[in-house]
Amino acid sequence: MAEPRALHRRRSVRLWLGAAWIALLLFAAIFAGWLSPHDRLAQDLMLQTLPPAWLPGAEPGYYLGTDSLGRDILSRILYATRPALIVAIVASSAACLAGSLLGLIAGFFGGWPDRIISRLVDIWMAFPPVLLSILLVAVLGPALSSVIIAIAVIDWTRFCRVVRAEAMQQRRMDYVDSAKVAGYGAWRIMAREVLPNVLPAIVVLFSLEMGIAVIVEAILSFVNLSISTDDPTWGSMIAEGRGIVHQAWWVLVFPLICLFLTVLAFSQFGEGLKERFDPVMR
Amino acid sequence: MSAPFLEIDRLSVRLRRGGEGRLLRGASIAVAPGVVHGLVGESGAGKSMIGRAIFGILPRAVEVIEGAVRLGGTNLFDLSDRERRRLVGVNAALIPQDPLTALNPSKRIESQMTDRLTRVLGLSSAAAKARALGLLEEVQIREPARLFRSYPHELSGGMRQRVLIASAFAAEPKLIVADEPTTALDVTVQKQILKLIAEMQRRRGTALLFVTHNLGVVAKICQQVSVLYAGKIVEQTDVATLFNAPTHVYTRALMAATPRYDRPEQSLAPVRPEVIAALNREIDETDKDWAAAHSAPLRARA
Repeated sequence: MAEPRALHRRRSVRLWLGAAWIALLLFAAIFAGWLSPHDRLAQDLMLQTLPPAWLPGAEPGYYLGTDSLGRDILSRILYATRPALIVAIVASSAACLAGSLLGLIAGFFGGWPDRIISRLVDIWMAFPPVLLSILLVAVLGPALSSVIIAIAVIDWTRFCRVVRAEAMQQRRMDYVDSAKVAGYGAWRIMAREVLPNVLPAIVVLFSLEMGIAVIVEAILSFVNLSISTDDPTWGSMIAEGRGIVHQAWWVLVFPLICLFLTVLAFSQFGEGLKERFDPVMR
Repeated sequence: MSAPFLEIDRLSVRLRRGGEGRLLRGASIAVAPGVVHGLVGESGAGKSMIGRAIFGILPRAVEVIEGAVRLGGTNLFDLSDRERRRLVGVNAALIPQDPLTALNPSKRIESQMTDRLTRVLGLSSAAAKARALGLLEEVQIREPARLFRSYPHELSGGMRQRVLIASAFAAEPKLIVADEPTTALDVTVQKQILKLIAEMQRRRGTALLFVTHNLGVVAKICQQVSVLYAGKIVEQTDVATLFNAPTHVYTRALMAATPRYDRPEQSLAPVRPEVIAALNREIDETDKDWAAAHSAPLRARA
């Protein structure tokens, strides 16, 4: 009996570490103005590419150094949590809502709704996602809202496929028949009986999707297709740092670490949730 | 005897596509209030199909092509979907075969039992709760209040089947269809569950259609029996006649195949090929008669 307990603890660890990092990000995003030691946009050509505080040549107060225009990296990273989290939450919610609803309808009702939705998903998934998102943002014009729309438009298929499969499995359960026998209508059975049983899968996917959304936003920033170039995002900071990585590695590395940890936190949080749900539901 | 509450009248169903023959071949069954009617037959005979047709939960691939299912005189096939749901929801209930999947895993027992009472029957939530608790006591669950807060996965198979029985009787339906309610349970629990269903049915005078493949169960709790083979009812009689003087060869073969501890040498006899041949001839006859009485496309296929 010792082993399952140990397993359980390990799962909990990843769940709570993920949750802790996400909470930290939320905190940073909300209080960015108050936490940042400097103005995120203030350039100072006297303070170009200062190294982080623990290296020789550092200037007090610039904890993570400065970039090639003398802007404080810590302040920029803190402010960049805002677009990252907004994209993660809004884009994932939109993709989740649309994808789950269509997937639920396809899986629960089967027949022609299923055929139409499934073909749509097949067609959608034939497009290369990165190219499609770049195309979409280019057409819509670079703005945070365009990034959100692009991610939602591309990634609803993830939710749709998984939720459809789960709903199909649930539909065959006797409790669905029992609900029909009790006189409930099809839509009510879908929403009140089947949806709660599909919800764990949706929650896990949602968490994973937030990580993916953060990456896609960084990719779009990297190719200069996200928000205005002045306001920092992790992707644009990485793009700026790439050119001077041999002179000032910290410009590239710190936003990269943030990005990496955030994506990892979302995926581990999702996995942790999945394993937490599993023994009860299955 | 009073007028039957459930009347299945020459019900025929078939597969929507590619199906040569019918899955139910004009089956008729009538069950009066207070009567337990056993429906026996081997696997694939169409026993569950009859039960499912009553509730409109036939598999998608199957369609009703002829016949009527009347509840209290109203033909369900004449009603709109909404009217049928309402009539069936109020008047009939199902005790399903597999208690493991028949309860929604994500809902507490309380809401599974009371939702229907408040939504379909219009009871107040307090009244629904009181009634559900009373029924849980009646099915001999020791701590109904605690069980109310449980999720299905916390209960044993026997407990779940008791909950399902309580749910079925909770709406005070005039008809209950029990679809092999003891098949998924082990033998000791089977006996208790059977007794429970029979007692509750007797107390309320419910019409009960009991689907089973077990003749021993039929002998214990049924008053009337229909023997089904390949979707055709080959013998329909009261239980005493069935066991003392079965008229159909298939019924006799089924009896001989039943294990008997008092006469081991006479039991477990396989159904002989000539019996099966006779049965198949009878089914062919039925199909021919039916095709002759019906429209051209069916005759063309024969």
